[in-house]
Amino acid sequence: MLTKRIIPCLDIKNGRTVKGVNFVDLRDAGDPVELAEIYANNGADELVFLDITATEQKRKTLIKLVMDVASTINIPFTVGGGISSVEDVEVLLNSGADKVSINSSAVKNPQLINDLAAKFGSQCIVVAIDAKQINNEWIVHLVGGKEPTKIKLFDWAKEVEQRGAGEILFTSMDHDGTKNGFANEELAHLSELVNIPIIASGGAGNMQHFTDTFIKGNADAALAASVFHFKEIEIIDLKKELQKNNIPVRL
Amino acid sequence: MKIVIINYGAGNIQSIKFAIQRLGYEAILSDDAVAIKTADKVIFPGVGEASSAMKKLKISGLDRLIPTLKQPVLGICLGMQLMCNYCEEGNTQGLGIFDCDVVKFNNSVKVPQIGWNQIENLKSDLFKGIKEKEYMYLVHSFYVPLNNEAIAITDYGIKYASALQKDNFYGTQFHPEKSSKAGEQILKNFLAL
Repeated sequence: MLTKRIIPCLDIKNGRTVKGVNFVDLRDAGDPVELAEIYANNGADELVFLDITATEQKRKTLIKLVMDVASTINIPFTVGGGISSVEDVEVLLNSGADKVSINSSAVKNPQLINDLAAKFGSQCIVVAIDAKQINNEWIVHLVGGKEPTKIKLFDWAKEVEQRGAGEILFTSMDHDGTKNGFANEELAHLSELVNIPIIASGGAGNMQHFTDTFIKGNADAALAASVFHFKEIEIIDLKKELQKNNIPVRL
Repeated sequence: MKIVIINYGAGNIQSIKFAIQRLGYEAILSDDAVAIKTADKVIFPGVGEASSAMKKLKISGLDRLIPTLKQPVLGICLGMQLMCNYCEEGNTQGLGIFDCDVVKFNNSVKVPQIGWNQIENLKSDLFKGIKEKEYMYLVHSFYVPLNNEAIAITDYGIKYASALQKDNFYGTQFHPEKSSKAGEQILKNFLAL
């Protein structure tokens, strides 16, 4: 049986992890490769690296990071952040990334999804969607959630599927950082609406939240950052708990 | 040991090269017929879309070379699919090494299948030391139905062949290079054939 995936997310700036990590067994908390290896050995099913670098050097440091990660870890990983062209994706995949995640560039140029799917296959194209509720409507936001668009979440999800996205990474900005749980109602609706896997993101605070997002939210995978980085939740304990709740996991 | 990864411009081959490195070997990426023919082990990777990958193989003449190889050959993911008779994706004739077709998952399951699923009914030296129902990482929309050449079975709504073997040709739908320690063991077994 296909298992539900647990995905730690690492924020990267200039080739280093940021937003703080608290790993006692880590020599250097900023080294993404070392952190990736620990997660891979501790039961993570996949990793996401989100590059928030804004300098011109970005491309070079990111490619080096991808090669270092690919040569070290033996589980799949996704790279996202500022990817806006077929060439960007080509070089990342050729460097060893398994998937890429696109967000703002897909909203600004939806044809990019078609182009990427045709060239590399849907299976490696994740479309990340950040959204929050405004006047009872879920509205897609850009630039890490700062800039609202006129696009409605559920319309956009359908469209990205039709254009060839292989997966949707949905972050509810209303839930992100609250540690009050994932946006399960919206996730469940997304799962009904489209037939590609949905990754839940935003709001993880405790183990029950993961159980809820898999059962009530019908999510295929759950992504979180701080609860893993600060060792509030150990992935192995989380998976045992999920298994107890009859959720299929890789143990 | 000379290990060649067939380089025909189809997607993520660095990961396989790195995985082999972690096992202590060095693999060469090549599209050269002599290099491929004289290798001890050949890995035939593939990520992406079947018809465009097949076109690339035809341009380089690799479509005729691969079926004639005598050493152990391992096709991974799309590589395995292209070794079959026919792929529904892009209405593509394959290399015809495995006597089966590749068809699309129907919409009763989410497509693509992405993630870790189990392999069972393991039937080959490729799986030495691998326990039944071990988890492997899979990413695919098309699959090979059960057939006589199946050496592993996976269940995704239906049971299908997640690995194939015929003579010196092996194929895995899953990615051993991305499947943690168990995946590394499978690569190790292949190199020991």
